[in-house]
Amino acid sequence: MVRNNSLATVLTHVLLIIGIGIMCLPIWLTFVGSTVTRAEIVHPPLPLWPGDQFLTNYREALFGGRQAPVLQMLWNSAIMAFGIAVGKIAISLLSAFAIVYFRFPGRQLVFWTIFMTLMLPVEVRIVPTYEIAVNLKLLNTYAGLILPLIASATATFLFRQFFMTVPSELAEAARIDGAGPMRFFKDILLPLSRTNIAALFVILFIYGWNQYLWPLLITTDQDMNTIVMGIKRMIPSADDYGNWPVTMATAILAILPPALVVIFMQRLFVKGLIESEK
Amino acid sequence: MAERVVFRSVWLPWLLVAPQLIITAVFFLWPATEAILQSTELPDPFGLSTQFVGWDNFDYLFGDRYYRASFLTTAIFSLSVTALSMSMALLLAVLADSVVRGSGVYRTLLIWPYAVAPAIAGVMWLFMFQPSIGLFPYWLKVLGYEWNHVLNPGEAMSLVVIASAWKQVSYNFLFFLAGMQAIPRSLLEAAAIDGASPWHRFRTIVLPLLSPTTFFLLVINVVYAFFETFGVIHTITAGGPGQSTMIMVYKVYADGFVGQDLGSSAAQSVVLMLIVGVLTVVQFRFIERRVHY
Repeated sequence: MVRNNSLATVLTHVLLIIGIGIMCLPIWLTFVGSTVTRAEIVHPPLPLWPGDQFLTNYREALFGGRQAPVLQMLWNSAIMAFGIAVGKIAISLLSAFAIVYFRFPGRQLVFWTIFMTLMLPVEVRIVPTYEIAVNLKLLNTYAGLILPLIASATATFLFRQFFMTVPSELAEAARIDGAGPMRFFKDILLPLSRTNIAALFVILFIYGWNQYLWPLLITTDQDMNTIVMGIKRMIPSADDYGNWPVTMATAILAILPPALVVIFMQRLFVKGLIESEK
Repeated sequence: MAERVVFRSVWLPWLLVAPQLIITAVFFLWPATEAILQSTELPDPFGLSTQFVGWDNFDYLFGDRYYRASFLTTAIFSLSVTALSMSMALLLAVLADSVVRGSGVYRTLLIWPYAVAPAIAGVMWLFMFQPSIGLFPYWLKVLGYEWNHVLNPGEAMSLVVIASAWKQVSYNFLFFLAGMQAIPRSLLEAAAIDGASPWHRFRTIVLPLLSPTTFFLLVINVVYAFFETFGVIHTITAGGPGQSTMIMVYKVYADGFVGQDLGSSAAQSVVLMLIVGVLTVVQFRFIERRVHY
């Protein structure tokens, strides 16, 4: 053991706490901002301790509906995040299964076509993708929010990598016992991939929830906005004081679901993050 | 690709890859082709017809002072974000790696900001630095400094850099910490017995052995700063004041949707695709031959 004297240990803890303080300060101040009155925000400095308007502000954010339908936006975000996570995992599982367990003409071509999507983040091809979505009548639909974001090379690679570590004797045995490929997939491969699927789900849920540019373009109807993009309209402009407390309450509500996922599924989250980037 | 083929079927594999291939074709290959086609075309003022103009859009683009400026802006922005978030994360990871008690709590508290979307990070930092109501402008004023990122380009750039870097620290921290925990303790102990100071051990053992992680994070952070910070820019500055925070991805959006200059926006998309292509190749080269001493 590398010896540390106690002074160094104390100093390390102090520095860590300062670091955490810096990292958490923006979120803390946002929370404080969501619990005070408008008057308290308009006359700086902002207090450093939460006020007593928590219920009022959150109630107005969720049910006030004057500025934006926050409850509806949370619902839309949930559908989008779930849709993207489930969709990506489903299509990736199937195509990785095909690539690993079958030989068919054009297999290499399929592999490289999927690989190419790595090089095309939605931000890069935004204008033509938008035009195509409009032509396909996907504006203001859940399909429009979800479909363009579910093709993913990383998830396919992850499952391909994992399937290749599954002993081939298993598939061999299944075949000898007369199980067809889909039976093998459902009864053996899927149960074995459970942890990988869960880890990936956590990462993809956060990815889907936090999307901004695509929902901004594809949803023109307020009732289809997601929470992360809908908040943009609630930011008071420079010359009006707006309703910062309600905006901040909305920000906290937008952070909450993914934050809870990270905190309570930390093991899966870390696994998913580290493996999906390999 | 490793051969481990067991099942035989002519149509089943195609059925299995069909969903992904269809999505890829419709939402990736088709738009990418459109972007390349549009980048060689010029629509008439009414949008009724287009004319083939070859390289004209690119010529015009690279002759455009504002586009060249956005290259520089993007470079400054992404280098600053990468340097700031990686150094902060490395420092925190070194500290967290050396504590025994409470390391789980520290780790949780440091990684949960990962959950914050870039756009929400933008809103939060805007709230803290809003010139008339923000807490920091108030404190700075007490110290005699007038903060106004709405008017001052340098301050606007600093704010979007800090907000973007802050959001990425958790991610970098996690990878640095994992990298450090993979370093054999015996190496550090041996060095300590030989009398190497903590700083010396860090510089000659930890840092070199972290180089694969560092290089990987370098690429990831540049990609992040290039493409995923749209939400931060859009909520805090919208590219302003002037064009001082107009990074390339933001300009594709601004020219394509706000300015309705489709030819130029498509040409910019093509340039960005080339950049992502290069970054992806760099990343994969690196994964094949990891950086090792």
